[in-house]
Amino acid sequence: MNRRVVITGMGVRAPRARGRDAFWELLSAGRTATRRISFFDPSPYRSQVAAEVDFDAAAEGLRPAEIRRMDRATQFAVVCARDAVADSGLDLATVDPHRMGVSLGSAVAAATSLEREYLVLSDSGRRWVMSPDQLSPHMFDYMIPSVMPAEIAWTVGAEGPVAMVSDGCTSGLDSVGHAVALIREGSADVMLAGASDTPITPIVVACFDAIKATTTYNDDPAHASRPFDATRNGFVLAEGAAVFLLEELDAARRRGARIYAEVGGFANRCNAYHMTGLKADGREMAEAIRAALDEARLDATAVDYVNAHGSGTKQNDRHETAAFRRSLGDHAYQTPVSSIKSMVGHSLGAIGSVEIAASLLAIEHQTVPPTANLEVADPECDLDYVPKQAREHRIDTVVTVGSGFGGFQSAMVLTRPRGQGERP
Amino acid sequence: MTVITGLGIIAPNGLGTERYWDATLSGRSGIGELDRFDTTGYPSRLAGLVRDFDAAQYLPGRLLPQTDICTRLALTAAGWAIEDAGLDTAAVRDYDMSVVTANASGGFEFTHREFRKLWTRGPEHVSVYESFAWFYAVNTGQISIRHGMRGPSCALVTEQAGGLDALGQARRTIRAGTRVVVGGGADSAFDPWGALSQTAGGRVSADPDPATAYRPFDTRAAGYLPGEGSAILVLEATESARARGARAYGELAGYAATFDPAPGSDRPPGLGRAASLALADAGITPAEVDVVFADAAGLPELDRSEALALRELFGAGGVPVTAPKSLTGRVFSGGGTLDVVCALMSIRDGVIPPTFGTRSVPAEYGLDLVLGTARQTRVDTALVLARGRWGFNAAVVIRSVEKGS
Repeated sequence: MNRRVVITGMGVRAPRARGRDAFWELLSAGRTATRRISFFDPSPYRSQVAAEVDFDAAAEGLRPAEIRRMDRATQFAVVCARDAVADSGLDLATVDPHRMGVSLGSAVAAATSLEREYLVLSDSGRRWVMSPDQLSPHMFDYMIPSVMPAEIAWTVGAEGPVAMVSDGCTSGLDSVGHAVALIREGSADVMLAGASDTPITPIVVACFDAIKATTTYNDDPAHASRPFDATRNGFVLAEGAAVFLLEELDAARRRGARIYAEVGGFANRCNAYHMTGLKADGREMAEAIRAALDEARLDATAVDYVNAHGSGTKQNDRHETAAFRRSLGDHAYQTPVSSIKSMVGHSLGAIGSVEIAASLLAIEHQTVPPTANLEVADPECDLDYVPKQAREHRIDTVVTVGSGFGGFQSAMVLTRPRGQGERP
Repeated sequence: MTVITGLGIIAPNGLGTERYWDATLSGRSGIGELDRFDTTGYPSRLAGLVRDFDAAQYLPGRLLPQTDICTRLALTAAGWAIEDAGLDTAAVRDYDMSVVTANASGGFEFTHREFRKLWTRGPEHVSVYESFAWFYAVNTGQISIRHGMRGPSCALVTEQAGGLDALGQARRTIRAGTRVVVGGGADSAFDPWGALSQTAGGRVSADPDPATAYRPFDTRAAGYLPGEGSAILVLEATESARARGARAYGELAGYAATFDPAPGSDRPPGLGRAASLALADAGITPAEVDVVFADAAGLPELDRSEALALRELFGAGGVPVTAPKSLTGRVFSGGGTLDVVCALMSIRDGVIPPTFGTRSVPAEYGLDLVLGTARQTRVDTALVLARGRWGFNAAVVIRSVEKGS
């Protein structure tokens, strides 16, 4: 079966950016959404900066019962899925429920609700053995996160394959890659796929403090996320979600759908090196990029823009730069590379999907979003990172990449379909 | 074509494939009193617990401080599966080996300890391992590192359907060009918080008698018992197994996943459809199936729904059905994979293990449930079913190598 898969709808909830248009407005203006943490008092923590989403569940149309039972990350995911369906213009009544599936990514899923319930059940940590009379009926839903794709399936009426893909910080790329594979092999015709994470909660902040992975620019939150800058000192934790509607190319054309892009290729590899560490040579990410380009039948020279993982840790940005040089060769030096984490932070499992959304919008607007806060060049990071200001650029092909704990390295190739908005 | 060449099992009723299989045939149960802490007031105190597993015996010491019990189970079972497969990982290109695991509750006990440290002693006491010992991808990452496997890998969460979904994903990965995939499921959450959380939602049996608490398809079925364990397999492209002269236990011939309609819908549930799709995927008819390893939820409504789906597909009493998981409890992501191991052993030994605990099955179910003692019969083809809470359904078809495509 030679089925091609395209993205025809998207829903995004990013820090200080509700919906697709606000998201692009923030990115193209080079504005940052990183601030001092407001969800709790961050003063006992090493890193006190995060990128929070302004989210009003009731105003987003969720019913009181849904708000009570769903974790915040699930709420984000459901709202984004609804947006993706509306944005696609696809009338779900015309889709056979058996042929529709869901693939959702998340790294730490219901962390916020887990921590809240933990504090209740343990009397703020004082009890090791817990009080059964304090048990929430929804505790099981927070413990086992596959409830998240289930909620989307109920929302859209999907009865085909449904799964959570939880590959740490590459979840948001891998979940969409999984959806593409299901459509290509014929297991589904329509997939809702994306990712959501809402990790701004004390336990998650503390676990990254412990390994000094997050920034300590607590006095300058708006400029704390500094991918590829010589003064970078860690990532900025964020929350967010993006969900897409994917369908088969011919079906999308038949219904006259607006096509954001075709997913030309996807690949992931493991570094089998360390759960959190990266080798400087970028070997496995480079292999993933090459494999994704092969699948898309494109040469490295076809790449117009690289949407980087660019987390702003010392090791990541060096690793990734090496991976781009290794996979794209000299073309790496002629290709704009940027990290939107400079503006919206790192929402763990969600960010891969949020970055797919940014890549689709970059294609739509023929504009590369910038790397904000990039002031001081790092000799080890010697590519064109599009500092501070968005740049108009012809973009037919984007490579977007991710790197995550567990050693996961993922790459996706997004291409503008022929005949759609092509320039002479 | 995908064959299974290695098995690694840690079950509540047996460590290692042979001990687990012997326990399964002879009715040795792994269900017991949850005695790791004071369970006074807990609605259920029974579980399928792995009691004789000392991780230090099987894993390097440096891995112990950084791993939850579920990861120790996964790493050990993966090591056993690779050994069982006779696979020399140094002889295979790193990108030709992948890892696909399913997990439901992450490193729960590990993270519970870190939550406690954070809230009683402060953030500076949280472990440097917490950031990865907790998350759902941990087992895939750790197995990949330990065995130098760098091919396309992932972790899936579909509650108790995960063990079968991981095998389906492993086959997909092999079809896309990877030679060897280590795949399966592992779960454990029997610290005070995990054990209590599992009872939320009211599906766990409150019957205090270990012999009857989980009796799927019984007229008096009153819930399931949770379990812990790990079942990890080596799956391999046929050509790869043949080239290195490896023994194949059987073929993963069919797979499908479906999802139930939203609660309150009058549309039919999806388990029967998953079964039909898996048979079609394997290119066989229901008449060719020799045994069904049922999901066997142990709740009357779900048991009935599964029985009716089987009756529709096979006709009343049309196929032997069994559920050896009453001896282990429901091992979450490991459960479906454990049943696949039973299917492979049934094919090898020509015997169907019985469903212990269950005595009387409602006539309307139309089930030929194997009860009492194991049934000697030639088995070439098995259908394995699994459901996950909220609506996940998965089905796998296992065939003998002789009958394989």
